[in-house]
Amino acid sequence: MTKDSSIAFVLKEPKEAEPAPIATTGALAWTRENLFSSRLNTALTILSLLFLAWMIPGLVQWTFVDAVWFANSIDECRQLSPGGACWAVITARFDQFMFGFYPEELRWRPVLAFVLLGVALLPVLWDAVPARKQLFFFSAIYPLVAFALLWGDGFIFERVNSSDFGGFLLTMIIGVTGISFSLPIGVLLALGRNSNLPFIKLICVTFIEFIRGVPLITLLFVASTLLNYLLPPGTNFDIILRVLIMVTLFASAYMAEVIRGGLAALSKGQYEAADALGLTYWQSMYLIILPQALKISIPGIVNTFIGLFKDTTLVSVIGLLDPLGIIQPILADSTWNGLVVELYAFVGLVFFVFCFAMSRYSMYLERKLSAGDRH
Amino acid sequence: MSVATYSPEEKFRLGMLWTDSRYRSTTIQIIALFIVMLLGAYLINNIITNLAALGKDFNFSFLFEPAYYDINQRLIEYNSRSPHWMAAVVGILNTLLVAVLGCILATIIGVIAGVLRLSKNFVISRLMSVYIEVVRNIPLLLQILLLYAIFIEVLPRPRASEPMLDGMVVATNRGFYIPSLVLGETGWIVVATFLASLAAIWGFRRWAHKRQEETGQITPVFLISLAIFLVPTTVVFFALGSPISLETPELKGFNYQGGIHLRNSLVALWLALSIYTGAFIAEIVRSGIQAISKGQTEAAYALGLRPNRTMNLVILPQALRVIIPPLISQFLNLTKNSSLAIAVGYMDVTGTLGGITLNQTGREMECVLLLMAFYLTVSLTISAVMNKYNASVKLKER
Repeated sequence: MTKDSSIAFVLKEPKEAEPAPIATTGALAWTRENLFSSRLNTALTILSLLFLAWMIPGLVQWTFVDAVWFANSIDECRQLSPGGACWAVITARFDQFMFGFYPEELRWRPVLAFVLLGVALLPVLWDAVPARKQLFFFSAIYPLVAFALLWGDGFIFERVNSSDFGGFLLTMIIGVTGISFSLPIGVLLALGRNSNLPFIKLICVTFIEFIRGVPLITLLFVASTLLNYLLPPGTNFDIILRVLIMVTLFASAYMAEVIRGGLAALSKGQYEAADALGLTYWQSMYLIILPQALKISIPGIVNTFIGLFKDTTLVSVIGLLDPLGIIQPILADSTWNGLVVELYAFVGLVFFVFCFAMSRYSMYLERKLSAGDRH
Repeated sequence: MSVATYSPEEKFRLGMLWTDSRYRSTTIQIIALFIVMLLGAYLINNIITNLAALGKDFNFSFLFEPAYYDINQRLIEYNSRSPHWMAAVVGILNTLLVAVLGCILATIIGVIAGVLRLSKNFVISRLMSVYIEVVRNIPLLLQILLLYAIFIEVLPRPRASEPMLDGMVVATNRGFYIPSLVLGETGWIVVATFLASLAAIWGFRRWAHKRQEETGQITPVFLISLAIFLVPTTVVFFALGSPISLETPELKGFNYQGGIHLRNSLVALWLALSIYTGAFIAEIVRSGIQAISKGQTEAAYALGLRPNRTMNLVILPQALRVIIPPLISQFLNLTKNSSLAIAVGYMDVTGTLGGITLNQTGREMECVLLLMAFYLTVSLTISAVMNKYNASVKLKER
């Protein structure tokens, strides 16, 4: 090996790589890529930042900084802080928002029913709960327990009139009942619509299309004015029960369509395989078809639940005192006259929390159930 | 060994109606038919007994009696001496008015929000998610009532109001005033010219398309269409000495006169319906665009199509197939939700036929039946159109 003296310097080891140009990595590049990649994009960014800068400080100021939390009237609120939110109206009327005119000394009963609802839901929503079987038994008898607690049974618990129910208590009653009964009815309707018995199919199609074709309000009108005509003379049954029936029927028609979508998405081979195994119709539905179809339709089912929960507010139109119905007398009350946004914002926030939680739970469920499909 | 073959000549037994699958389906259906008929007979019997007990009958003659109530928002001539059916028609037109206005605005909001939601721009896509999540998770009725209350509480009285946009638009707590078009004597010629030029644009586009199919030559469609759209109408308008003018609202006494008066109830209902439905449409648009695989864009680029042609000829036709069916069912939802008008006192068909007429005449059954029949007709018509559309865009598999 001869040494070439004309080469002054020989690199023995590879040099360290230079860092990437500052404009292609890190926060700066991210900003360039995502916020200022084109003229239109830059304009959008600047506009939305300006919008946020204009909105957020004022909103925070009004909602929290200048807000009044406790006062006895709107005048007191305005004296304490003229430009802030007057949340005092919510704190002053909080009980009404929660329970309506439910007798004050009996309010532990709905609270207990609500806590027990949590216990009853536990085995349904969470599969790792200890003693799931026993809890399921409790879930099955929960409706009776809740009914006895809320309305009273006349022996142990004092009776409470339906006209005293109101606020979020009413929302929860309608929402939970509608949700738990509309799913099974919806499944039956969907199966009926897919059935190969023409007459059964006809009944189901007529029912579903009729209910889906009319607004919920007209069905509530039926509940409040017409249902009495359909029953034997002299029957006078509870307005909340009538509304519950209508809301459940309404939701189950929508549920049926969602589940029908799930049934249609299954390949025909699944039905044929079930038949080939010699399963009866109900066995094949229960063991093979429905578990798969329901899994596919989870997003739609939860969307229907959310829609039902929001639609419970419509009962205020026929004079029930759900949270929106409670607001009307407060608006007319001279002590609080002039407060609008605070009342609606509070009710809206509660609905948002519930509905948003439901939609997130459905995403969790979707991920959990599709885990088996990955391999 | 011989195989004994014999076909069983089983005699029909009554039990086979249930155990034999050949007869079972018929049995089930006949039982169901009986139950439905019994239920129907029971309900009808109850209705007849109840009506008799109340001394009522079932007929629609009340529709031809005078209504004796006023409707402040109306598209056709109506006064308190008009019959109930006229009131119902006024209500139906009001429902259709807010439904059509709502569908247009909701589509605009939804498409913009849906596209921006997919934007690579972090700030704007987050902003749109917040809009969509907040609006979708709050009851519509609450949004309508809130907007209505804000209009009444926050907007100034007519005396204190400040006209905006050169006196064209006024927002007051009694409603919004916008200019109206006043047709002069020869105004109809301008309108006719405008309609004729619209027809001409349609004809021209067809001709240009056909020419391209046959000869491959491309006509500058957009520029020529724009010219046809603007030039003839403008020329005729000025040649006739501006026969169409704008009537702007003027403050007279305590109120504004002239122009078109949009009541707060209409505007609140319209905006709330559009914002609410717009959030749902945004999600539909987003999923429609995401449903088209990236390979489609890349294939179009590889064929040498420019981005706007790629969008028009490749992406949109496929995305629309995914978008349009749920979009139409959102329109249907909007129409049904417009019945919430009753909460803010906008006189739609639920407010007239299902509200005041029902309460005044006490004919609950007739009114609710008519009301349901109206909504059912609208729904079934729209679903029929949708089914037709679905059949026409279905993937044609060969």
